[in-house]
Amino acid sequence: MAAEVGGDSGGKKGGKKGRKKSKIPRIDMTPLVDLGFLLLTFFILTTTMSTPTTMPVVVPPKIKENQKDQVDPPKIQESRLMTILLGKEDRVYFFIGNGQDEKKPPEMQLTGFSKSGKGIRQAIINQIKAVRENPLIAENDKNIMILIKPMDDSKYKNMVDILDEMNILQQKNYALIPASPVELEMVKKYNEQAGIQN
Amino acid sequence: MAKAKVARKSTAIDMTPMVDLAFLLLTFFMLTTKFKPQEAVEILIPSSIAQTPLPATDVMIISVSKDGRVFFGVDSKHTREATIRRIMEKYNLDLSPDDINTFSIMPQVGLPISAIPQWLKAKPAERDKILQTAPGIPCDSSNNELGDWIVASRMSNTQLRIAIKGDVDSPYPIIKKVIDTLQDRNINKFNLITGKEAQEIIDTSKL
Repeated sequence: MAAEVGGDSGGKKGGKKGRKKSKIPRIDMTPLVDLGFLLLTFFILTTTMSTPTTMPVVVPPKIKENQKDQVDPPKIQESRLMTILLGKEDRVYFFIGNGQDEKKPPEMQLTGFSKSGKGIRQAIINQIKAVRENPLIAENDKNIMILIKPMDDSKYKNMVDILDEMNILQQKNYALIPASPVELEMVKKYNEQAGIQN
Repeated sequence: MAKAKVARKSTAIDMTPMVDLAFLLLTFFMLTTKFKPQEAVEILIPSSIAQTPLPATDVMIISVSKDGRVFFGVDSKHTREATIRRIMEKYNLDLSPDDINTFSIMPQVGLPISAIPQWLKAKPAERDKILQTAPGIPCDSSNNELGDWIVASRMSNTQLRIAIKGDVDSPYPIIKKVIDTLQDRNINKFNLITGKEAQEIIDTSKL
């Protein structure tokens, strides 16, 4: 190795007798190099290259208790509505409509966050297409409204994932609201029928 | 016949360029590296397609750990100092200037306000330990200290942007409590901190 500075690198010791060798001081750089690489490794490993990003969220202002009577909930055609319920273990339940009418329970389906044909993304796309092709919906009302209702046993990740789907599909009309008792009951019933444990 | 003499070449390699390069890289990494601020709990953030980087200054971060504990942190020393002064006034805490100084260098709080003086008077090593096992800031509707922290820091620095940093496995009800706390204080716009993911957009109008 020639991690040295100065001097001739050959090891000719004791050449001709009597010849005075001019001594150039030689420094062994090996420890310096070792230290350099050690620090380099340290900094490479500790450096954080991926800076976190932020996802903006805007929620509708809360209606105060004393103003509740004055505010009418916006009326939206049921066929434009899509309700998405987030449950335990990344389960996603969805149905068309708002499902508040107990006499006519909507058909609930279970899916997940998979990006393949059966995930929630495809379900939303299907709904967008269905609304577009529905002759009963006015031409200037062809956008869908999505109600996102995370249930108490869902994880934060599920919420971020579904909001991310909204961004991916460029849907602006969505609301993050709690699930109603009717819906919780529907999910319970669905789980019993499908044989899903809790 | 005389044997052809093969000149013996020295195997020594000149390492100087390599060393130069190594030190160049070292300098680069040393200068660009930004140490992660010390955090009380490890939080694994979910990923999203959002591309906006988290601003480095003027942010208030509300962290929610895996087990549902809530931590609160603001970024500058000055803001922290002003925040604790407001909290001290409101809750009649007994804090010395030294305690306030200590508070201003702590990146996060995760204790009920009543436990703050004792925490600040503890030894540094113990302080970290307390924070790691801290119960988190109460944010129930009956006893919402998180709201007071948010208001106090917002009043200390009006430029503060609010970010929620939740763990992948944080239970949703806790996140909801945090969002409710913000909404009760008329904060309807906030950010969720996520990791970067490849940007993917599906144009639904063309499907």
